[in-house]
Amino acid sequence: MRYIFVLFILFSLGLQAQDSAFIKRIPRDTSAMVMNSDAIFNRPFLVIGKSPIAIGGYLEANTQYMGTDGVSDGFSFQFRRFTLFFSSTISKRIKFLSEIEFEDGTKEINLEYAAMDLELHPMLNLRGGIVMNPIGAFNQNHDGPRWEFIDRPLSATTILPATLSNVGFGLHGKVFAHNMSLAYELYFTNGFDGKIIDNADNRTSLAAGKSNAEKFEESNSGLPMTTAKIALKHRKIGEIGLSTMFGVYNKWKMDGVVVDAQRWANAFAVDFNTTIANQTVVNGEVDMVSVNVPSGIAQQFGKQQMGFYVDVVQPLYKGSILKFEKAKINACFRFEYVDYNLGKFTQTNGNIGDDILAIVPGVSFRPSAQTVLRLNYRYHWQHDLLINPASQTSGLQFGFSTYF
Amino acid sequence: MKKKSSVILAILILVTVLVSCEKLLPTPVKDEDVLAGTIPGLTMQQEKLHLIGDAAFAKIFTTEEGLGPVFVQNSCSNCHTGNGKGHPSNVVTRFALVNGPSVDYLIAKGGPQLQQHCINDYSAEDLPSEANVFTKRMAPAIMGLGYIAALNDLSILANVDSTDLNADGISGRVNYVNPTSFFLPQSIHVSNNGQYIGRFGKKAEKVTIQDQVVFALKQDIGITSDFDMVDLYNYKLGVYTGDLIPDPEVSVDFVNSLVFYMRTLKAPPRRDAEDADVVAGEKLFTQIGCVSCHVSTFTTAESDIAALSNQTFYPYSDFLLHDMGTALDDKYPEGSAASNEWRTPPLWGLGLAEESQGGLFLMHDGRATSFENAISLHSGEAASRRAAFIALSDAEKAQLIKFLKSL
Repeated sequence: MRYIFVLFILFSLGLQAQDSAFIKRIPRDTSAMVMNSDAIFNRPFLVIGKSPIAIGGYLEANTQYMGTDGVSDGFSFQFRRFTLFFSSTISKRIKFLSEIEFEDGTKEINLEYAAMDLELHPMLNLRGGIVMNPIGAFNQNHDGPRWEFIDRPLSATTILPATLSNVGFGLHGKVFAHNMSLAYELYFTNGFDGKIIDNADNRTSLAAGKSNAEKFEESNSGLPMTTAKIALKHRKIGEIGLSTMFGVYNKWKMDGVVVDAQRWANAFAVDFNTTIANQTVVNGEVDMVSVNVPSGIAQQFGKQQMGFYVDVVQPLYKGSILKFEKAKINACFRFEYVDYNLGKFTQTNGNIGDDILAIVPGVSFRPSAQTVLRLNYRYHWQHDLLINPASQTSGLQFGFSTYF
Repeated sequence: MKKKSSVILAILILVTVLVSCEKLLPTPVKDEDVLAGTIPGLTMQQEKLHLIGDAAFAKIFTTEEGLGPVFVQNSCSNCHTGNGKGHPSNVVTRFALVNGPSVDYLIAKGGPQLQQHCINDYSAEDLPSEANVFTKRMAPAIMGLGYIAALNDLSILANVDSTDLNADGISGRVNYVNPTSFFLPQSIHVSNNGQYIGRFGKKAEKVTIQDQVVFALKQDIGITSDFDMVDLYNYKLGVYTGDLIPDPEVSVDFVNSLVFYMRTLKAPPRRDAEDADVVAGEKLFTQIGCVSCHVSTFTTAESDIAALSNQTFYPYSDFLLHDMGTALDDKYPEGSAASNEWRTPPLWGLGLAEESQGGLFLMHDGRATSFENAISLHSGEAASRRAAFIALSDAEKAQLIKFLKSL
């Protein structure tokens, strides 16, 4: 059924596309005062005729040739993501947006976002439904065509669980003054489940704890998870965001009977982005997680984790290439590190490993602002828990991502 | 024209980069530097079965798959990291109530092994108050086990000298143990009034790899199999308070794939065998009598795996029990093995231990952090060998240790 639905959407688009006057493209707002918190609405949309609904989406696919310690399974072609957005302005101050994502073909189909915004005041908007938890920047601003890298940042996806959305309600707002804007978000949502520690990843993992199929029906812990973010942007300097997320993840009470201690999962993130000399874009995020893990397995699974990434994108050429009038060629470089288990072995007082350090140089070609072709070379060093000599993984990735 | 050339150039660069992918991969790790890989001579089908077993060995068990309810680790590979020896953070604790010759493994109180971890909503075990003996054991390396499993019992018996008839101070003996209910004797096994020679485990308490796998699945991970259908439970919560996952939690095939994996892991490779110091070190090793227990060479019998048949291998062990003196006496007897007796551990792979176990942790519980330290703990039957080592010059000691690192 879902395939038919998708085909229908695609077929409809194909038919409508024949009449270009009938379809209006609403481009992304690229003004300097757009913040990460605006990312979900600040996407290119297509409006069909006089329909109140705007649609959009993106897809990304790539090929890669990777190997670890000299052993490779050869080439793989990957269809990573196909995402559809639907938005509607219900009235002047009521908006609706939804996002459906197909990952790895149809292996995972997620309703990633479906929320209504009700504006009471620019500083006071109500939002409810399935909302994107505003932890870090990547979780809010993760569309493939915006990034010069094929892989998503490890820190954002494996320390924090991007992309993370949950059902809940909250507030957000934004205020402008001079060259600055200040935004806040505060949501109460359902949270994680016990898979944070009971998972096949063999480590504490917020990402594993978000897969609970019932998370849109009930909170596993019976308590809300809180996510809050405050971000400040200066038109000439850049943006910095501070965010936190905390909640009880385990089922500590059953049928009114307390069966376990309340176990908390807490996350804190600092994100920033800036443009140096009007050219070089620097974008990064530092993520920290602490989880109350049962004491017996805390040493192996990890109570505290941290990670960060820094992306630098340097335009090399802007202008007409192959008759693409506003094409761009960028050089890019990512440096990232994640440590899944901060601490020391009590038995030996030696450091606990389980970490990855990676560098990703690359080149991207943007025939238009909405489409990117990417060539990345990834090299990473991974230590096991015991800090034995690092295994080395590297390889080439080539792919594209585009809004439509 | 200029643009066309640029495009062609860009495409050529791209194609060149893609074609040279192999060059951009990390350098392969030398086969001799890792505790992984198969024994030579396997068929393609056997190689594939080995990989299936490899995946089973690395499998992380979760609550939904039957982990626990109490457990030590959630996978085989978490204790035997990289197929190597364990780490002090992963030792198992065994306990018993020992009263003179009487040994009660306190099965009804959660014995013989402590499971200090538990799944959600359950309680981890505590040491029962009745226990008066505790021992800690570190995981052994699992390389080359197929060769040991393919030995004829007679090859092991050939080195037995339980009354020290040759007066060399060494009196190795076998540990005869009661076989498990699923043990199927083969032509290599010699019965002794219904008991069989143990050749695996720190005290040679397991006859076959399968015995060890079934035991570890249950006692270490809390996983039941067709060979042992009764789940672990915390005795303080009551019998049958298991994990509520239907038993068996893994199939016969799963167990067999693990056994096949371990049978077909290659023996740890030698390195620098021609180095002058290594050669000199090996001579010293023989001269001071280490080889009385750490026997270098064995030959396998016929095996159902052709690549294991009639193969000469170099474990540096006699697989016999020896009195190792008071310093290593853990007060914990197993089968006919007294508490001060330990099976001679194979020395192969010793040189790769440090880079597979996050440091150097030797002896049964990892207490020794250097080769000198490990040798100094040898006592009992091995006291004269320890003394001989101490009497060596510093240069000779260095040569002997270099030899050990080459194994």
